[in-house]
Amino acid sequence: MRARNFGVLIAAAALTLGSAAAQEPKRGGTLVMGQSSATTHFNNAVGSGTGIMIPGAQLFASPIMHDDKWNPQPYLAERWEISTDALAVTLHLRKNAIFHDGHPITSEDVAFSILTIRDNHPFNTMLRPVEGVDTPDPHTAVIRLKHPHPAILYAMGPPLMPILPKHIYGDGHAIKTHPRNNKDVVGSGPFKFVSFKPGDQAVMERFDKFFLPGKPLLDRIILKLYPDSQTSLLELESGRLHMQPFFNRVLELERAKSNPALTITSRGYEAIGGINWLLFNNKKKPFDDIRVRQAIAHAIDRDFIGKALHKGLSRKATGPIHSGFPQHSAETTQYAFDLKKAEALLDAAGIKRGPDGVRMRITCDYYPGDEDGQKRIAEYMKPALKRIGIEVEVRTPADFATFARHMASKDFDISMDAAFAWGDPVIGVHRTYLSTNIRPLVFTNNAQYANPKVDELLATAEQEMDPAKRKALYVEFQKIVTADVPLVWLTELPYHTIASKRVHGLPATIWGAAAPLLDTWLAD
Amino acid sequence: MALTAFLLKRLSYAAVLVLAVLVLNFLLIRLAPGDPIETLAGQMGGMTEEIRAELQRAYGLDKPLPAQLGIYLSRAISGDLGHSYFFNLPVTQLILERVPATLLLVMTALFLAVLAGTTLGVMASRRPNGLLSQIITVVSVVGYSAPVFWTGMLLIILFASIIPILPVSGMRAAVVRQGVFADMLDVAHHLVLPSLSLAIVYLAQYGRLTRASMLDVLGADYIRTARAKGLTENTVYFRHALRNALLPVITIVGLQFGNMLAGAIVVETVFNWPGLGRLAFDSVLRRDYPTLLGLLFFSSLLVIVVNQLTDMCYRLADPRIRT
Repeated sequence: MRARNFGVLIAAAALTLGSAAAQEPKRGGTLVMGQSSATTHFNNAVGSGTGIMIPGAQLFASPIMHDDKWNPQPYLAERWEISTDALAVTLHLRKNAIFHDGHPITSEDVAFSILTIRDNHPFNTMLRPVEGVDTPDPHTAVIRLKHPHPAILYAMGPPLMPILPKHIYGDGHAIKTHPRNNKDVVGSGPFKFVSFKPGDQAVMERFDKFFLPGKPLLDRIILKLYPDSQTSLLELESGRLHMQPFFNRVLELERAKSNPALTITSRGYEAIGGINWLLFNNKKKPFDDIRVRQAIAHAIDRDFIGKALHKGLSRKATGPIHSGFPQHSAETTQYAFDLKKAEALLDAAGIKRGPDGVRMRITCDYYPGDEDGQKRIAEYMKPALKRIGIEVEVRTPADFATFARHMASKDFDISMDAAFAWGDPVIGVHRTYLSTNIRPLVFTNNAQYANPKVDELLATAEQEMDPAKRKALYVEFQKIVTADVPLVWLTELPYHTIASKRVHGLPATIWGAAAPLLDTWLAD
Repeated sequence: MALTAFLLKRLSYAAVLVLAVLVLNFLLIRLAPGDPIETLAGQMGGMTEEIRAELQRAYGLDKPLPAQLGIYLSRAISGDLGHSYFFNLPVTQLILERVPATLLLVMTALFLAVLAGTTLGVMASRRPNGLLSQIITVVSVVGYSAPVFWTGMLLIILFASIIPILPVSGMRAAVVRQGVFADMLDVAHHLVLPSLSLAIVYLAQYGRLTRASMLDVLGADYIRTARAKGLTENTVYFRHALRNALLPVITIVGLQFGNMLAGAIVVETVFNWPGLGRLAFDSVLRRDYPTLLGLLFFSSLLVIVVNQLTDMCYRLADPRIRT
């Protein structure tokens, strides 16, 4: 009797599974999505970071979006043209698009948004060449550029170019502190604003008059803050939380992997392009000597970092550009794990072992907040470099502000750090290598790397419209920089999305959850 | 008349105290390295010098420190605690939104701790060397010495992984249930673990204190008199002994209210409870000066109010204090 029941159960389970595979997308349902960094407001025209970009991309539509292969796709603009001299980009807007308060979305709004972003967004290279935006008719906007700007095709994507209602944000109030950035937000995207509890959660609801018919599928998204990764995993396991994007804690990912009720995927982080690296203070002795930098690069066992510290969840970085990027090249100088070579290089640089076996004592800072990506690797530097006679003192930063101060004042020897590329090298890669970007600020060229050839290559690549020629320039750039080794590129960030098996249509475009969740739906 | 004078005197003390708290906090916070603009730059993944200068101007951080203090004090006195650098919302709004959550947590924990603590203390005092008394002593010492975050984490492991019956994060389910009663039930469900882990520490203290105080009182002459009158043991214990034994407990409860707010910071962080404590913790990391100052200001007010209430409780418990 019992056995038979069990058989029936198995058959029923098999049936459900079979139908699950062929399940039709279901409309409705509330998706509870976790986030680890707090939303401060929803206006991604004037703020970056996932806490702002994820909800911003749901509330606001952008001119174009992208698929999972970096191909631009129509979004608010149903088509677009780039003039032959590449100095004008014409956007043809959809005629049925309206804001959440019923006002039509016009070229005026597009022009207003683009100029607002150009003047206020922290990624200041993104739209710097924009001279102005013409609006010949309500559904056509022409972006005039000072020089060709290939990155604009990505700068017009969902996390970076929200189309704001000019009738609300153009009222003369300073845009960065505009009261409507976090209250009664009126957007242009698939979801509309419902409520916001700062530091806790934001609720968004499907906009029924959204310009793409039948989209989105979900009724509601609740974006909930879980500052602690273990709590968010517990909530995922209990089914109270459905999906957590931008998850990078190795132990929790391992645990999630073995849970049959959860899916984990590393898709959807290509354009974010995060890389972990070890930064040298290139202006400080002895790191101004390339042999010292090479020696340290040779002393780091990157297989150990990938396999042991990151449990195989992160990919080795081969250079300054993430492997998900079309401009990525693996033809770079690699520093194989070779202690003998490292010691020989240090000897040649005149840094000899003292009577106590120590060649020198240095400090290592790290960006706090990413335990596996940063802290663990910084701690690993201690035993790793000890083997070649370098005593490392890990300077545990009290918090981000302390770390940022060390970076801004260049008060460091070596430092673990990470940066994101955000869709195009011009937006997020150049800043670390351009000699013109050595500034007293965190996340600039803090290595203080200066190579005129690299400056020139990047300047040319910034304006090269032909993708093949542009890639060639970046291949050259990657070769030179890895040979100069101002930093050691260690791993790509092990970002993953963890989701309940109930969630279908996980964000899979190059922007992941920082793009509108148009096709995501919840099974029963 | 005497009462009015007493209250006025108390109020003027409180005003001076609050002013001192404001100035001291303002200066102490600035001693911490790092500044809010750098933290914002980190959140935004980079920043230009122009934006940095603009933000500094907007927040008044470009002015010298004494000028900033002057502006802050004059605004605070008129009730304006400023805007949070991080959320760009009025600090008063941020705080008031979170007060109910923290008060609910702290009051529940306090109630649990006082009720269970005194009950256990009385029970232990009946047989000072009995088995129950020993057990209570051991539990008290363990409860008192275990850090609250550790107790919290153990409770999380127990009730999230081993017997998953209680929620371990937040104050409400993300998908809110309809109806006032359902909502209250939901909140109560979420409240169990945080209030328990906060209560355990204090429960232990109150238990020990009640036991010692009871033993002290039970040796007094009037207890012998009460017993000689032929009163039942329960009447002797609860009517005659406990009422007197409670005075030191009330003192400690009042004094420890501030500690409990501090404990709430840890508990709220561990259990993701959307109250003042978590806001304080996050604000320190963000160098969100206005929010932090607002919170410190607000909690000093709370402590002052609670101390006044404690004084009133004395009057209720002990008629001799009514002057």
